[in-house]
Amino acid sequence: MKLVVNGELQEIRAATLAEAVQSLDFGEAKVATALNGEFVPARARGSTPVKDGDRIEILAPRQGG
Amino acid sequence: MLVTSNSVFTLYGVKLHSRLMLGTSQYPSPAILTEAARASGAEILTVSLRRESARLKEGQDFWRLIRDIGARILPNTAGCYSVKEAVTTAQMAREVFGTPWVKLEVIGEADTLQPDPFGLVEAARILSADGFQVFPYTTEDLVIAERLIEAGCKVLMPWGAPIGSGKGLNNVFGLRALRAHFPEVPLIVDAGLGLPSHAAAAMELGYDGVLLNTAVAKAGDPVAMAGAFGRAIEAGRVAFLAGPMESRDMAAPSTPVVGRAVLT
Repeated sequence: MKLVVNGELQEIRAATLAEAVQSLDFGEAKVATALNGEFVPARARGSTPVKDGDRIEILAPRQGG
Repeated sequence: MLVTSNSVFTLYGVKLHSRLMLGTSQYPSPAILTEAARASGAEILTVSLRRESARLKEGQDFWRLIRDIGARILPNTAGCYSVKEAVTTAQMAREVFGTPWVKLEVIGEADTLQPDPFGLVEAARILSADGFQVFPYTTEDLVIAERLIEAGCKVLMPWGAPIGSGKGLNNVFGLRALRAHFPEVPLIVDAGLGLPSHAAAAMELGYDGVLLNTAVAKAGDPVAMAGAFGRAIEAGRVAFLAGPMESRDMAAPSTPVVGRAVLT
């Protein structure tokens, strides 16, 4: 299935957001996720299904002013 | 009695000693960021959230660095132009950083990076109702300030000048009016400062603190500049507490006139 991850189209086998994040090799990284513009808490990733064409944002701490 | 600046002040129930809040962006290296943060004495560092690469995992390295500095974290919503973006970013930041604090930026104009006051108030209301403790990046406008307080903000952060401009306090009259209008609300000048003297001037107006980034990060020696800002803020605070003299338009001799010799 094709998912847009952080703006890039990727071919990923995943039924849920948790599986998608895992298959992208984020492991235990400190990240927050959004699906199609809506925040999905870490605890809800496993029960959040993903489908072809979904947009996933995976964000992490970065420098800021 | 000696007037000192080391009185504790409180932001959302958190007691703080340093009145400097420091941004973590644009430093020449991670090591210099760490040194500058320590030299500044800042107890609060601002951070952001950005897209993470699974391959590079830059965010994870940055997070370890910040955690080791040990300061309290104030995540921002920098770069958000809509209420939706800002609220979603704040929700994501709360999970990642484990804090209800958010420096709320809803930008209205790209050239000046000035806040969109309508979006800012709306986002502040949504986030406050959701349990966030909002630090709104705003202007010195009194009416917007009133609305932000009604929306649940217990701290206000008016700009000194546009972000990254280094111009100092663009509207001293407006900032002074804001201070006078909200004597009990913690007020932090956020953005636009370029020199320690700008920070001192904000403190002399009675502001509770200062938030800055570029002025330290882009200095020739960021560590030295961080220390200079820390001291300027302390000096400005002491000066405010000491009660500055009234300025006047004409000269007034400081040396006694009485007893002046006649030597003509």
